[in-house]
Amino acid sequence: MSKMHVKLTVNGKEVEGLAEPRTLLIHFLREDLKITGPHIGCETSHCGACTVDIDGKSVKSCTTFVAQVNGADITTVEGLANDDGSLGVLQEMFREHHGLQCGFCTPGMITRAHRLLQENPNPTEEEIRFGMAGNLCRCTGYQNIVKAISASADILNAQEPSGSEAVGQTKVEAAE
Amino acid sequence: MNDQTLTPEERAANLKGMGCARKRVEDVRFTQGKGNYVDDIKLDGMLFGDFVRSPYAHARVVSVNKEAALALPGVVAVLTAEDLAPLGLHWMPTLAGDKQMVLADGKVLFQGQEVAYVVAEDRYIAADAVELVEVEYEELPVLTDPFEALKSDVVLREDLEGQTEGAHGPRKHHNHIFTWEQGDKDATEAVLAEADVVAEEMVYYHRTHPCPLETCGCVASMDKVTGKLTLYGTFQAPHAIRTVVSLISGIAEHNIRVISPDIGGGFGNKVGAYAGYVCSVVASIVTGKPVKWVEDRMENLMTTAFARDYWMQGKIAATKDGKITGLWCHTTADHGGFDACADPTKFPAGFMNICTGSYDIPTAYLAVDGVYTNKAPGGVAYRCSFRVTEAAYFIERMIEVLAIKLNMDAAELRRINFIKADQFPYQSALGWEYDSGDYHTAWDKALKAVDYEGLRAEQAQRIEDFKAGKTRKLLGIGLTHFTEIVGAGPVKNCDILGLGMFDSCEIRIHPTGSAIARLGTISQGQGHATTFAQIIASEIGLPADDITLEEGDTDTAPYGLGTYGSRSTPVAGAATAMAARKIRAKAQMIAAYLLEVHDDDVEWDVDRFAVKGAPERFKTMKDIAFAAYNQAIPGLEPGLEAVSYYDPPNMTYPFGAYICVMEIDVDTGEWEVRQFYALDDCGTRINPMIIEGQVHGGVTEALAIAMGQEIAYDDMGNVKTGTLMDFFLPTAWETPNYTTDHTVTPSPHHPIGAKGVGESPNVGGVPAFSNAVHDAFKPFGLVQSHMPHDHWRIWKIASGLGMHG
Repeated sequence: MSKMHVKLTVNGKEVEGLAEPRTLLIHFLREDLKITGPHIGCETSHCGACTVDIDGKSVKSCTTFVAQVNGADITTVEGLANDDGSLGVLQEMFREHHGLQCGFCTPGMITRAHRLLQENPNPTEEEIRFGMAGNLCRCTGYQNIVKAISASADILNAQEPSGSEAVGQTKVEAAE
Repeated sequence: MNDQTLTPEERAANLKGMGCARKRVEDVRFTQGKGNYVDDIKLDGMLFGDFVRSPYAHARVVSVNKEAALALPGVVAVLTAEDLAPLGLHWMPTLAGDKQMVLADGKVLFQGQEVAYVVAEDRYIAADAVELVEVEYEELPVLTDPFEALKSDVVLREDLEGQTEGAHGPRKHHNHIFTWEQGDKDATEAVLAEADVVAEEMVYYHRTHPCPLETCGCVASMDKVTGKLTLYGTFQAPHAIRTVVSLISGIAEHNIRVISPDIGGGFGNKVGAYAGYVCSVVASIVTGKPVKWVEDRMENLMTTAFARDYWMQGKIAATKDGKITGLWCHTTADHGGFDACADPTKFPAGFMNICTGSYDIPTAYLAVDGVYTNKAPGGVAYRCSFRVTEAAYFIERMIEVLAIKLNMDAAELRRINFIKADQFPYQSALGWEYDSGDYHTAWDKALKAVDYEGLRAEQAQRIEDFKAGKTRKLLGIGLTHFTEIVGAGPVKNCDILGLGMFDSCEIRIHPTGSAIARLGTISQGQGHATTFAQIIASEIGLPADDITLEEGDTDTAPYGLGTYGSRSTPVAGAATAMAARKIRAKAQMIAAYLLEVHDDDVEWDVDRFAVKGAPERFKTMKDIAFAAYNQAIPGLEPGLEAVSYYDPPNMTYPFGAYICVMEIDVDTGEWEVRQFYALDDCGTRINPMIIEGQVHGGVTEALAIAMGQEIAYDDMGNVKTGTLMDFFLPTAWETPNYTTDHTVTPSPHHPIGAKGVGESPNVGGVPAFSNAVHDAFKPFGLVQSHMPHDHWRIWKIASGLGMHG
């Protein structure tokens, strides 16, 4: 099958490659770019393990062709840590509140939560539960995920507003 | 020494040992997407395998034409049973003493069964090639009902024709697998005949599926130069897989290295051996290249191990004032096309004989008949210990049914029948010795916590309001007191394929006072790297943060039977404590030498040995570790390490009291969990944060099962729930918050008193949810209704009771 040229910005870095028109974004990320944070859990858009952020929206990359998003700005969970390698606020709060167990849903969960907090910086519990309903977890029962997101919102809201989405990456003070 | 000023309590806190809500060490990787799951593994030249699967539930395979598939560029091979037969690998043994086709050998027995295995250069080409394999089928009559299967002339397993003896005794019919009997039949029938009251009911626990978020998969890599096979995979029991691969392939066991990388949830689904593993190994041997196989979600739900599917006919006898005198149960177990249950060898129905539950029932009898049907094989312990969930659901429904018959409050009926604290160790009528328990304390604490009497008063008012036309919502109060049996198990009665169900831990202390420990188990989200380090920290006085924990590589980890059935803490956790104690025993001798006193003149103090009566003279474990590597100590070998293979003397018996308060709309069948209280007693608590997380997750899986999740078939044997569109996994939206609580009754035979907890919430949760539904409709005449209680089925209950006017 003939291949097409695709160019993307992934986690702030410009990347390009060749892909078949039918190549799914999740496979391009995982197989070609070796970005294996996003996972494949269902291939039908239900579980959200493959969630990435595309041009400011949460998207399930298992049902998106890479050709559809040519030129897009994509963020995966790998892009949510701080530059020095320390955990971003959401990552730290998921750890602090035991918001993960097997870790398979976690990259999609955190990537979705990152966008949710951009859409709604101060969500109620109900809004978090509704906003996260596209991401399934089989281990945690969600209770601690909700806590982690709520705690992240509190920390981010207490910080100086930077006016940028990079606020999600600001370092959290040691939470022990 | 800078820690001389610290109190023993402060020194203990610094260790982050047992009892500490230590943050998980795993999470630093997982939260950054740096986990290493099987589909993340990429090897040079790796090929991809994919299956051609049967669209029919029962059919002869007349022919398989590979030509078009093989002609597709990028296709490397197409394997069928004919190709595997010369190697003797077209069938494989199951864990239950049966055998199972790897690839269809003349016929198929369930929809989705593996017919051919395509190997190609990438997964897209493999998928294309699957479409190009032409298979001609001849349909056969389909049996999806186990009761019909036992009467039908249709022979499902022609390979077993004429065999009247199975792996577990006589076969009564060509579709019958085994009969398993426990207890005293005659005595139980006599009790039933003479009883004041007998309640009888059919309790069905429907077929469902563990559905971990990561599906099953593997990468097989045969190195033709060294002759060594490396098999990465989603294995809950890596060592057992190594032995099985060796036995069925003929490759010497030392030439097989099995690696379980990070596993994205297991819940029992990843215990067994699947056709994908065998075909990938063969394909790697044939092609000389690594071969990856990862099933998709539909394949996972349709073909890899299901759970439950037990039809449990029950009779429970009592005096008129509610003292239970006997329990009788006959179970018809639908095993699908092959008996691939994952149970200890001597227990073809698992630990179903824990079905007397938390109650002092003097006489009982259980019989289980296993049956073949045209459904997928499996029967695994989905977040439970070998059919314990079925047993708990059965007894907790029978108690409710008996309460109706006696017109007695179900909480009180439980209370008067609980095994009393002073009866432990308790011998059950069906053969178990319960190690410890204090059910009355737990029960009273639970009822008080939810204000049980207040809830009943509110419910009475609600019923009046409903009858007066003021509301269309009912209130259900679901009660459960469950007792689990976990930690399989004593080698004397528990083995899988002849492998005794011990487990193991090896600890090596490094000269600078840090350590590495390796276990025979494998975490799938339970947080072993965090909690087992805590056990070691408390036992030997080195900080948990300085202890690395490794599992899952059979070349480095000691042999163990793996993680399922809540056995890691009861068995491997015990091995960990025992190995640590061996280290401490040697450390005592080293300390005594360094302090120039007799061994008996030093005593252990949190993280050090001190001279008795002179606590200022001591050697910390860190000092001792260095000495073990740099001093010639008379009579002692250098080094400081130990290994323990632990054969538990008994199972452990965690228990709990769960109460669910549910609102139900009779017109839509919609439900809402208003309150869920979960009290667990898992003995000694290692990490309270992780215990609570396990309870949240397990209760949510119970919510799924009780309220909507099922593997359903139509009459043709088509799977009706093969995607996440139809197979219910609760989202954050319909999942409630849970209140967790606990009592602590340590196990008397476990080195640290721990019992295991991962599966309790599923075992206790299912009856709690189901009982809430039943309880809501009980005042209107409902006695028994089958799960899952989805909106449609609840609407039908209301409709059947004439509540829709």
